[in-house]
Amino acid sequence: MQITSPQFKANARHALDDAPLQRALGHVRSGFITKRATAAAALPEFEQLRDNARDIKDHVLAHLDLYLEAYAEKVEAAGGTVHWAETAEDARRIILDICRKRGARTVTKGKSMITEEIGLNAFLDEHSVAPVETDLGEYIIQLRGEHPSHIIAPAVHVNKDQVEADFRRVHTHLDPNRNLEEPTTLLGEARAVLRDKYFQADIGITGANFLVAETGSSIIVTNEGNGDLTQILPKTHVVVASIEKIVPTLEDVSQILRVLARSATGQDMSVYTTVSTGPKRAGDPDGPEEYHVVLLDNGRSAMLGTEFQDMLRCIRCGACMNHCPVYHAVGGHAYGWVYPGPMGAVLTPSLIGVDQSGHLPNASTFCGRCESVCPMRIPLPKMMRHWREREFSRNLNPATARYGLALWAFFAKRPALYQGLTRLAMGALGLIGRGRGRFSFLPLAGGWTRHRDLPAPQGGTFQAQWAKARGAKAKDMRSKSASGRASA
Amino acid sequence: MTATAQTGAQPNETAQAPAAAPRVGLFVTCLVDLFRPSVGFAAVKLMEDAGCLVEVPAAQTCCGQPAFNSGDRKDARAIAEQTIRAFEGYDYVVAPSGSCAGMLKKHYEELFDDDAPARERAAAFSAKVFELVSFLTDVLGVTGVEARFQGSATYHDSCSGLRELGISRQPRKLLASVEGLELKEMRDPDVCCGFGGTFCVKYPDISNKIVEEKTRTIRESGAGMLLAGDLGCLMNMAGKLKREGSAIEVRHVAEVLAGMTDQPAIGEKRQG
Repeated sequence: MQITSPQFKANARHALDDAPLQRALGHVRSGFITKRATAAAALPEFEQLRDNARDIKDHVLAHLDLYLEAYAEKVEAAGGTVHWAETAEDARRIILDICRKRGARTVTKGKSMITEEIGLNAFLDEHSVAPVETDLGEYIIQLRGEHPSHIIAPAVHVNKDQVEADFRRVHTHLDPNRNLEEPTTLLGEARAVLRDKYFQADIGITGANFLVAETGSSIIVTNEGNGDLTQILPKTHVVVASIEKIVPTLEDVSQILRVLARSATGQDMSVYTTVSTGPKRAGDPDGPEEYHVVLLDNGRSAMLGTEFQDMLRCIRCGACMNHCPVYHAVGGHAYGWVYPGPMGAVLTPSLIGVDQSGHLPNASTFCGRCESVCPMRIPLPKMMRHWREREFSRNLNPATARYGLALWAFFAKRPALYQGLTRLAMGALGLIGRGRGRFSFLPLAGGWTRHRDLPAPQGGTFQAQWAKARGAKAKDMRSKSASGRASA
Repeated sequence: MTATAQTGAQPNETAQAPAAAPRVGLFVTCLVDLFRPSVGFAAVKLMEDAGCLVEVPAAQTCCGQPAFNSGDRKDARAIAEQTIRAFEGYDYVVAPSGSCAGMLKKHYEELFDDDAPARERAAAFSAKVFELVSFLTDVLGVTGVEARFQGSATYHDSCSGLRELGISRQPRKLLASVEGLELKEMRDPDVCCGFGGTFCVKYPDISNKIVEEKTRTIRESGAGMLLAGDLGCLMNMAGKLKREGSAIEVRHVAEVLAGMTDQPAIGEKRQG
């Protein structure tokens, strides 16, 4: 997909002016947060589970090569095929090859951010293979020619009335006078339309929430059951997953599952948790004849051993963006690539380069709410700061900001000079501002005063007033004690 | 107006001999120093009332957060070294800001990753650092103040104080003891106000959207006054409330706790 992260500011401006988007974002602000809080509070061991989940992934990342090999062996032993893809392009090629070998015309798809990352849909389209998204949200945005704006609620930016208009536009075989008032009727319509597609599809492509090393299984969690139909009905199932999805055992999976849905939607568990191990065996009533796993690196192994390794613990629950004031303000598309919100602000620079996505780790107030809800305890603000350090060391931030910072730091490192200068400046500013108590405009402060007044200083710095007050007090005490001695 | 302190809350105090008055170095913070000295004096009063000996080392400027959060570790570290030096010898270092105290307490160590002795020194310094209200309640055991304020207030939890230092119930507890003051909670008091240091001028439109949401919840609380423990957030919210024409007074929590509300509120002009 086209990267617009360099235009983050313009994207954000556009999003702020987009009334339907702002209406839709209101739901993120309310719904997800309360549900997560309730679910977390209802489980006494929730905080302990977060620690365990973090430790499990840390252990995997420390031994990723071994677990990947063990996993691949198990997949092959179960009759599946593992494909190693270093880049997005490699992954696209591998998947297209599978499609060609099977003579595929249509593929159904379960919800997968990894296939967004590799731009799979556009690529398949170009090569005459029609991808059909089966997750309701994904289906909606596919009809709209859009990309997900949220990693677990891809169509969260779309309002119900807009969905209704899209369905009427696309589902022309249905009665134009049908009633689509209720959200459930929209759901029913999508389900009926998609039902046929499952049977027509030659290949089903899913992502994976987990890859289990001890069994060679891939696991998906969904709420609509679309993932199951996608991977069971077609003759071929292709799993596309990035390498950090590995977890050692099913026991480990069960621990992480307990924090995943609670953090994401506030459910105890997602409605469906589906484990797939290899193709259909003799005697199995159903299942695909072929089972492929495409293991994607795409820059992740380069994050190992760096200050960004912790990001590879991410299980894509979306809690960080659900709780992010910046995401609430501008939505996911403003971030300009696949991954929005705090996790995107850290991951995107790793995957497409900080040159392209420098705004993302900067566009944060560091309020820390993301880290406070991350089930994997990823220190997101800290890693955004690390990206800022990289940018600073390469002079990637704007020259005005750099010079301003350098000038400020020059004085901040010289307390005597700083205090002399600030005393003069604040005295003057205090006098000018005294009439109204605030400034509605001030030269060089346009970033502040465009939207809000700048409170005027009281006049005179604390340091100066303190020195005066305590100096006088000390003098007073000295003279008192002197006079006391004299009178004695 | 004296703070009612409970003794025995200090870990370094021995049971036999009453400890000497704790020697506190006030880290006044650059914003209080420049924009609102009265907050500094309120902080001094609260600590002196609680039995502390308060001094203000002259060799302090800023905690270094602007440099640190801009990716400029070198300057952040130089400022950290300067601050650590300036506050050597104090029992405690107290700041009337969760954000600055968070920087001093939670981030100084990591600035000295490559220098073990300096890192240890930073850790020892950070261990002595407290945010003002947390210091009064958690360290000195203050359970109430003898201040008076007739009116209602709503309290905003500034992000760093809340999430880095766990400050939330402490200010509410002390505010509950202010005679005449009614606390009216706003919806989502723990949501960011959109200040974010340089964020608010780097991304003014997004910051504006966030503070607009904030001022809406502040107004909806029905309180006549907004309080918080961080001047940066307060200036942001006051600036927005004033631009919106709101009459809600905005003050640092220390001013009310110290009973020092004679100065005009933030962004208000002097009467007469």
